Amino acid sequence: MPKTAYYIPIGPIHPALKEPIRVEAEVEGEKIVKVDVKRGFAHRGIEYMGMKRNAIQTLYLSERICGICSISHPYAFVITAEKALGIEAPPRAQYIRPIIAELERIHSHLLWLGVIAHEMGFDSLLFWIWKGREKVLDLLELLTGNRINYSVFMIGGVRRDLKESHIKALKDMITYYWEFTEKMKEIILSDPVYKARTRGVAQLSKELALKLNVVGPTARAAGLRMDIRQDMPYDAYADIDVRAVVPQDIVGEARGDAYDITMVRIYEIEQSLDIIEYCVDNLPEGKILAIPNYVALLAKIRRTKGEAIGAHEAPRGEVVHYLKFDGRDGPSVWKVIAPSYNNINSWAPLLLGAEVADIPIVVAYIDPCMCCNDRVALLKTPEGKVLGYEYIHRKAVEKTKRIEREVRK
Amino acid sequence: MTPETIFYAVAFPVLGIFLGLTYKGIDRRISARMTSRIGPPIRQPFWDVGKLLLKETVVPENAVKWIFNAMPILAFASSMTLLLYIPFGVLRAPLEGYGDLIVILYLLTLQSLAMAVGGFASGSPFSSVGAQREMVLMMSYEMPLATVIVGFALLYKSFSLTTIASTPVWTIVSPLAGIGVLLLFVALLAVTPAELAKLPFDIAEAETEIAEGMLAEYSGRNLALFYLSDAVRSFAMAAIEVVLFIPFTFSYVFGVSLSGATLYIVEGLWFLFKVLIIYIAAVTVVRTSFGRFRIEQASRIFWVHVNLIALLGLALVWVGV
Repeated sequence: MPKTAYYIPIGPIHPALKEPIRVEAEVEGEKIVKVDVKRGFAHRGIEYMGMKRNAIQTLYLSERICGICSISHPYAFVITAEKALGIEAPPRAQYIRPIIAELERIHSHLLWLGVIAHEMGFDSLLFWIWKGREKVLDLLELLTGNRINYSVFMIGGVRRDLKESHIKALKDMITYYWEFTEKMKEIILSDPVYKARTRGVAQLSKELALKLNVVGPTARAAGLRMDIRQDMPYDAYADIDVRAVVPQDIVGEARGDAYDITMVRIYEIEQSLDIIEYCVDNLPEGKILAIPNYVALLAKIRRTKGEAIGAHEAPRGEVVHYLKFDGRDGPSVWKVIAPSYNNINSWAPLLLGAEVADIPIVVAYIDPCMCCNDRVALLKTPEGKVLGYEYIHRKAVEKTKRIEREVRK
Repeated sequence: MTPETIFYAVAFPVLGIFLGLTYKGIDRRISARMTSRIGPPIRQPFWDVGKLLLKETVVPENAVKWIFNAMPILAFASSMTLLLYIPFGVLRAPLEGYGDLIVILYLLTLQSLAMAVGGFASGSPFSSVGAQREMVLMMSYEMPLATVIVGFALLYKSFSLTTIASTPVWTIVSPLAGIGVLLLFVALLAVTPAELAKLPFDIAEAETEIAEGMLAEYSGRNLALFYLSDAVRSFAMAAIEVVLFIPFTFSYVFGVSLSGATLYIVEGLWFLFKVLIIYIAAVTVVRTSFGRFRIEQASRIFWVHVNLIALLGLALVWVGV
């Protein structure tokens, strides 16, 4: 009896994955008949580390949660902290923050467009898009001093002001990207090979999207009008009246496949350009920090008792932070929910019945961020029993002692 | 077999490896420039082969060892043999008279087959999926490829490549058959990337899907042999297309008469130039400007579209002759 089903392990290390996660697929020919997703390879215990530091140090730590969107987590963090402390950022800071956040959305979406092109073997498109992405990275470097990990947000404001020269560079960039998105629509959305590889692939119906709790562009591509900037506006977003970008507004119907999500992401880049333009044109004068003295800020945090939940619309979906201040100069409880945590739910139902050739697209189309979503790691016995904390700790101590003995010998 | 043939049999593979690797280097360089990168130096493929030959050759535990090790040699040998059947411009093919277009067709198939068998033998699921895809792809593009060869047999009443090379195809066809030959050329150009496992038909080696597929478990010397046979095969395929469809000699095009050593040097370089043009047009430009197809999409393209073009070409040739 010949074996008809193959077991294909994708990950933790695989060319289609940029970060470690494991998808175990059983295939018959080209068709996937069984699939299992295993997470927890990138758990670093960042929340625990944050609860041992003061709030400003934790803010920097929060920037290192995600490798790509290094402003989403700080943004959610400062909003939450400000809510808990009962302070408000000055108007100028409230307008500078969305500019940085939208610039990051542009670079993150361009990164994704390049990655999805690479996943389908379209490397020339990848190089072209990433060449276009350099412009926004250069601008972020000009504005904040870094291409990534900008360290520009602070509880109660921002740390760097926008100068006249920056505003001119921003306006140049806006013109550049309006042309670039037009070209992208032409090259990506009307390309027959791109359409052939993405139409109907990773198709998520509205009902399934609701059931799986997906967020961000993944949900919007399925036709759900949800966007934190629209539903719970904060900072300058409240003045701008942001509307969620959904395919039914662009082409009349939402199919929720990988093609629609590409469209949503390209139009979101244009939306970001509009938001940046508005913020630059209506930038208020004034100071940029509510409490400029960090020692005073930490003292205030130490005096505060309270908790808050805040959210920010990251390029991949909503980022939710929970903070509790309890007599320490840092958070006594810090909980982070990243969008990939919800979006990875869509992998198993979408991969079932799909083809092997669709795996990279299904895996990449939500733009997964493993280091964001791994909040906990479980150790199991081969029988599936979860090992408790005490047991693991005892084993770790035993191993350390054993190694000590071996070294002493 | 004359001593001359034996000399050719030694000199041609050496020359073939050199040219194949050089063309691969040029291809990588041009592809990089097209995507606004600098690209590797043209001698990079030589270094790649040299490095692979120095590396350890790992055989997976659950592989069928002898098949796994034999297949790279088979692929390499068949691509070397392939070279000996191709007339270089005015130079005659070393194995002329020992085989014809049909042999070439089988030698081309043999390499893909060797890779598929090697993939199945390596015992990795990625390789197995890759090998399955390669088999499906082979079934899809063999038909148009065979149609092209039958078309030529109709024209010349012979399968011999030397006969074809000595009389340019465009001088013996009627206008109607000329259109047919043109269609056959288009079909062969479409088959080229699939035959050579290049984008958009590198489905069997898809890096992001199945991690290089059939080659996933190959390393060291075995991988170097596959690398070499791929380089030589690409060159040979482009050379065959030149012999079949662009047979014009330098003296014919520019109306000069050459003799002696000058003739051989000029015609040799002219032939290499034509091969380079075809190589860039059929491999470099295509692989840079397309994404990868899914296997069933590629199958449909060959079975429906390319087949239609090839059969139409064949019909026109048949009517025209």
